[in-house]
Amino acid sequence: MNKPARPAAAKTGRSLTDYLWFAVPLVALVLATVWLSTSDWLRAFNVGAPPVEKLTFERTVLDSDGIHLYVRAGGSEPLTIAQVTVDDAFWAFTQDPPGALDRLATAWLHIPYPWVLGEAHEIKLRSGTGAAFTKAIEVAVSTPKPQIGQLQPQALLGAFVGIVPVAIGMLFFPALQSLGGRRMNFVLALTIGLLGFLFVDTLEEGLEMAGEAAAAFQGTTMVLVTAAVAFLVLMVIGRRHGTPTGLALATYIALGIGLHNFGEGLAIGAAFAAGIAGLGTFLVLGFTLHNVTEGIGIVAPLVDKRPPLWTFIGLALLAGAPAIPGLWLGSLSFGPHWSALALAIGAGAILQVIVEVGDYLKRHAERHGENWLSFGTLAGIVAGAGVMYVTAIFVKI
Amino acid sequence: MGQTMQSWIRNRLNRRGVLSGGVVAAGGAVLAAVTGDKGAGAQGGHPGHGTPATQHPHDSPTGDTAPHTRAHGPMISVGDVDNARNGFDPSALLTDWETGEVSRLPDGRTLRTFEIAAEDKEIEIAPGVMFPAWTFNGRVPGPTLRATEGERLRIVFQNYSAHPHTMHFHGIHAARMDGIPGAGEVLPGGEFIYEFDALPFGCHLFHCHWLPLKRHIHKGMYAAFIIDPAPERHPEHAAVARSRLLGTPENKEWQEFVMVMNGFDTDFDNENDIYAVNTVAHHFSKHPIKIERQRPVRIYLVNILEFDLINSFHLHANFFDYYDHGTTLTPTLKTVDTIMQCQAQRGILEFTFKEHETGLYMFHAHQSEFAELGWMGMFEVVEATA
Repeated sequence: MNKPARPAAAKTGRSLTDYLWFAVPLVALVLATVWLSTSDWLRAFNVGAPPVEKLTFERTVLDSDGIHLYVRAGGSEPLTIAQVTVDDAFWAFTQDPPGALDRLATAWLHIPYPWVLGEAHEIKLRSGTGAAFTKAIEVAVSTPKPQIGQLQPQALLGAFVGIVPVAIGMLFFPALQSLGGRRMNFVLALTIGLLGFLFVDTLEEGLEMAGEAAAAFQGTTMVLVTAAVAFLVLMVIGRRHGTPTGLALATYIALGIGLHNFGEGLAIGAAFAAGIAGLGTFLVLGFTLHNVTEGIGIVAPLVDKRPPLWTFIGLALLAGAPAIPGLWLGSLSFGPHWSALALAIGAGAILQVIVEVGDYLKRHAERHGENWLSFGTLAGIVAGAGVMYVTAIFVKI
Repeated sequence: MGQTMQSWIRNRLNRRGVLSGGVVAAGGAVLAAVTGDKGAGAQGGHPGHGTPATQHPHDSPTGDTAPHTRAHGPMISVGDVDNARNGFDPSALLTDWETGEVSRLPDGRTLRTFEIAAEDKEIEIAPGVMFPAWTFNGRVPGPTLRATEGERLRIVFQNYSAHPHTMHFHGIHAARMDGIPGAGEVLPGGEFIYEFDALPFGCHLFHCHWLPLKRHIHKGMYAAFIIDPAPERHPEHAAVARSRLLGTPENKEWQEFVMVMNGFDTDFDNENDIYAVNTVAHHFSKHPIKIERQRPVRIYLVNILEFDLINSFHLHANFFDYYDHGTTLTPTLKTVDTIMQCQAQRGILEFTFKEHETGLYMFHAHQSEFAELGWMGMFEVVEATA
């Protein structure tokens, strides 16, 4: 009787000690910090050089009041924005909130500069040490405002480049159903090819955005870690009830593509905000064509099912509609690190569906007594990536 | 839907159209300012249609609506420089003549002795913008040395800076007094005494001539060096010479100012970021120079601007006579309102506002870029104060 009781008692006793042991390294850390901050031996490294100053421009808004910049400080010491010049002329400005900017602190600068429509401007923020941080406005146009009247046409554009092509692609569904098993392998491989293209494209875009963000955000690492986490989370969720097939798989594909289209929306919106988009019929059609293939990919896992019509509508919206908020946010010129995060999640989501579609392809092929990698599937992958690549030529701004 | 899409895209393609949409949405204030209204914008508009209505003087973000700041609108540096911390006030420098110690030589000639010290010093050259300067006597420009033609000059130069320096005078002197590497150089902690006659009379300058020359100049080591004509040497223009000679009753009639046109490369990319007269950007825009209407004005103007090829001086609403280098007693240019100077060129400007209304009269470099980056100022012409 004693025997089982004793370990239990010992266990509770030990667990308290265990907690104390957890505290030991923490206490050591605190001690190290206190020592470092009080002993001041780091002074030996002070060579009298001016502080390292960094400044990132996160948002640029042009409106009837002038130019507004949202900036984020970096560097080793608080940064003071002493003066502003626009096109080599001192210009009055107000800073909100005022004062020196601590590391990673942000502020709005309001510069009542009479910018000229369609022309270029160069803004220099001069710090207290005389260092200059330059923001080039390549083509000055008024930044869209988050008003219903302004957002409506963008919603329309978002729907046109997001939802419409996906829906058109889905119209291939009956045709896909008529294909036999081997040709179905080709379609699944095609889906993998196009998803592979989207993965690279999204990741690249995310890394590019991350490059514009403040150095302290460690853009590249942030994007890669976020993508990996998103991938793992979606894998775990997706496989709670075994490998996803059918509608579940289609939904995950639609989600991944939806996140990609969100990123695409960001890019188009940002192009608007920067005034560099000569966005014509050609470009919009290019996006549409580019995204038609996505519709085929989404419905590919459904060919041996008879899903009701509403599922198609739902999938089309899930895959296409994110382009609309993407366009809005992009045109409103939000911080590049937010865009980078959204794109990283998208890349992770796409990687998840690549794995799941690949898994599905393997099982589908085996069911028809074939290897998952054949000339047929190879041709599918190449065709999927190839079509995406060729149609992307039309849409690269 | 297709129709809407098409027309919308067409609209967007027309950049001017994009903005007109933005302007219309932006509301009343802008609509009032944009006289062309919606229709004009949609047709492509005229240049400047997108110009925001920001020019209401009352909206000045500095909250300053004094007449002399209104002239610049929002195109000005924000705030003011802490003269006390700098240790010099650009307004005070205008009339701060360093006349040294006067004594007699055995042969009866006047000996004038100046003491100058080189010193590294961080100075504020525009509100909030600090510059690690090298200075003569802790100020930029250095002290304005003023002597009389024919005097013996002795300049005791001590170097408290971390770098070697020299004093190179634009004047007449022996090679060993030239203030270049090898002749009158002063290492940190060292001393050298330059000695020569004050010749020729005129508006001159001195600067450090250590190498690299460009850096030793643009870091702030320069100043005006004025030699007043001795009236007895110029009987044919004795009255003019007396008016130039500091301290004479004729000279007291004049309102004399020294202006050193300089600039600063704050980020060390070999391009000036800030331009000024007497160092501080926009100082004389914010603190106009008071001039009594009845009394004539004489400006000793020196250009020491590095990096840019030339500098200039333009006076608003008036004309002046110009004495290039100040080495003549008759003008070298008559009735001009703009002159240009290359680096180290200098001269004397003489003008009067006698026939003018009182009020604010602008002066600035007529390189608009220099003016907009700080080299502008105002004369405030007033009735006699005394």
